[in-house]
Amino acid sequence: MNFLRTIVAAGLVAASTSAFAADITGAGATFPFPLYSKWADAYKKETGNGLNYQSIGSGAGIKQIVAKTVTFGASDMPLKPEQLEKEGMIQWPQAMGALVPVVNLEGIKPGELVFSGELLGDIYLGKVKKWDDPAIAKLNPKVKLPSDAITVVRRSDGSGTTFIWTDFLSKSNAEWKAKAGSGTAVEWPTGVGAKGNEGVAGNVSQTRNSIGYVEYAYAKQNKLTYGAMINKAGKTVQPTIGAFQAAAANADWAGAKNYFVILTDQPGDASWPITGATFILMHKDATDKAASQEAVKFFKWAFEKGDKMAEELDYIPMPDSVVKQIEKTWSAEIKS
Amino acid sequence: MAVESDVMEAAGPYDRARALSAFKLGDVTFYWITRACAISVLLILGGIILSLIVGAWPAIREYGAAFLWTQRWAPSADPPVLGALGPIYGTLITSVIAMMIAIPVGLGIAVFLTEICPLWLRRPIGLAVELLAGIPSIIYGMWGFFVLGPFLANTFQPFMISVFDGVPVLGTIFAGPPSYLSLFNASLILAIMVLPFITSISVDVFKTVPPVLKEAAYGVGCTTWEVVRNVVIPYTRVGVIGGIMLALGRALGETMAVTFIIGNSFKIQSSIFAPGTTISAAIASEFAESDGLHQSGLILLGLLLFVLTFFVLAAARLMLLRLEKKAGN
Repeated sequence: MNFLRTIVAAGLVAASTSAFAADITGAGATFPFPLYSKWADAYKKETGNGLNYQSIGSGAGIKQIVAKTVTFGASDMPLKPEQLEKEGMIQWPQAMGALVPVVNLEGIKPGELVFSGELLGDIYLGKVKKWDDPAIAKLNPKVKLPSDAITVVRRSDGSGTTFIWTDFLSKSNAEWKAKAGSGTAVEWPTGVGAKGNEGVAGNVSQTRNSIGYVEYAYAKQNKLTYGAMINKAGKTVQPTIGAFQAAAANADWAGAKNYFVILTDQPGDASWPITGATFILMHKDATDKAASQEAVKFFKWAFEKGDKMAEELDYIPMPDSVVKQIEKTWSAEIKS
Repeated sequence: MAVESDVMEAAGPYDRARALSAFKLGDVTFYWITRACAISVLLILGGIILSLIVGAWPAIREYGAAFLWTQRWAPSADPPVLGALGPIYGTLITSVIAMMIAIPVGLGIAVFLTEICPLWLRRPIGLAVELLAGIPSIIYGMWGFFVLGPFLANTFQPFMISVFDGVPVLGTIFAGPPSYLSLFNASLILAIMVLPFITSISVDVFKTVPPVLKEAAYGVGCTTWEVVRNVVIPYTRVGVIGGIMLALGRALGETMAVTFIIGNSFKIQSSIFAPGTTISAAIASEFAESDGLHQSGLILLGLLLFVLTFFVLAAARLMLLRLEKKAGN
C-alpha cells in the first residue's frame, strides 16, 4: 500500500509542477494551428510568455473550453449566441482562411476554370458527372473540356474546412441544402474521402479529372490548379488576399450578435465567396483570471503585430475595423 | 573470512520458524500480486465496456436495433440519421478479402521457410517478415496512398474490369470506375499488414512438429507436399488457427492505414473498386469534430466493433475446442 501511495504522491507532484510551468493553454481547431504556433513562438521571444495550443479539432476544443480545462477554445464554426450566453462565454474571429476549388485537368491553367456555387453543388451531388457537361461549358465557353468522368474528392474527417465548404454549397444550391446540408461531417452523395487538407490536395494532384476543395494555402503550396468563382454579386473573382479580405470587410460584423457571422457568400463585387473565420472562445468570468488576461494580451498582440506572420502562412488577417470592435468587446465583457 | 563470521554472528542462532514465515509472507504476497494483475484485466475490460455503453446510450435509445441495418449516415441532418450498415459491411468485406489473400500467402511462406528453404535464405526471409510487422501502420497508409493506389487505379483495376466485364456476378464485383481509394486497396494493405502474424506464428508452431514424425512420413515415401498436408498441418492446426485469428483481429480493428486509403464513403456499393469505410476508420475520421448524438453514434460504432471482435474470438475458441475434441477421438 505504501508503494501505491508513493506512486500517487509522485503523480500529484508531477501534475502540480506541470500546472505551474504551463503558460496560456488553448485547444481546438486544426486549421489555425500553424498560425497560432508561429504567433506563440514570436510572442515567447518578445515577452517570455508561452502558449500551449493543442489542435484537437473544433468540436473537441469547444468541449474543453466549456469544461474549463483550457484558457481558450478555438473553433472554425462560431457558436450560436444563445449557446454562448448559456455558458457565459464570448467569441471573436481571430483570423480568416479561404477555400478554393482545385482541379486536375490536363491543359487547364490556375484560375482559368470558372465555377458557381450552384455548379459546385451539382458536381458534389453527383448530378454533373462529366467535365464537358453543358452546365460547366456554359460558364467556360472558351475552355476546351474533356469528355471524362469527374472524380469528386472531399474530406473524410470531420473538419471546419468541410463546414465552410458545405455551408457555401447550402447557400448557393437548394438541392444540396435539402440532401446533404452543412456541417463538419455530412452525408456525402458521392466522391472519395481523403484525410485532411493534405489528403485532398494529394489525391487531387494524383488523380486525373478530379475536383476537390482545400484551404488556399494548400492549393498554393502544392501548386494545384485552382478555379475562379462567381460571387454573390455575380462577378467573377480570383482567389487573392484582397478578395478574401473584401469578404470579411463586407460582412455585417456590427449587426451580428457575438460575432456570429459565417463568412461564406458575402456581398460585394470583390468578395471571394468561400471564406471562413476561425474563432476564439473564452469565458467572461474565468476561474483563472490571470491566465485569461494573459490570453487576451496575447490575442491583442497578435492583432497588432501578427498580420505579416499570418500572411506569410497564407492566412488572412482580420480587417482593422473588425479588430477595433473586438477590442471593445474584450474590455466590456471579460472580467478581471 | 572475518567478515563472513561477523555476519553469521549478527544473524544469531538460526530461527527456523521465523525464516519459514518470511518465506510464507513472500509467497502470499506473490500470490496476491499476480492475482491482482489477472483480475485487473477483467476490471479494465469491464470498465471499457461500461464506458462504451454509457457513451453510446443516447444513440442506442434514439436508433435502437435499426442502427444495425440503416445505411444512411447523415450526422448534419436535423435530427441526425445514423446507421452502421455501411461501416459494418466495409469492416467485414475488407477483413474477409484480406484474409483470403493473407492466409494462403502466409502459410505458403511459413511452409517454405520451415520445410523447403535452403538454410542461407532462411534468415533474410524471416527477417523480412518480421520487418513487415514492425512497420508503423501510418507508413502502410502513406505507401498505399502514394504508390499502391496509383498502381492499382492505373494498371490493375482497369485490367480486372475489362476481364470481368459482362460476366454475371464477377462483373458487378469488379466494376469501374477505377479509384485510388477503394475497399480493394484497403484490403490489400490489410493483407500485407496481417501477413507477419500468420507467418511467424505458423513458423513457430511448424517447428514444434517432432522430427521423428516427419522422418517417418518421408521414410514411407511421402513427398514434401504430403508431409506438410498430412503431418505438419494436422499436428499444428490449433496454433495455426490461433495465428489466423490474431491476424483477423488486427484486420478488423486496423484504423490508420485503412482511413488513408479506403475512401471513407458510407454508401454500400457492389464493386470492390468503389470507396467504402470501416467502423474504425469512421470513428477515427469523425470523432474529433463530433458532438451530441453524432458522437454517441460513433461510440456505439465502437461498441459494435468490440462485440464483433468478441464474437470472432469466441467463434475461434469454439472451433479450437471442436478440433481438440476431434483429435482426442
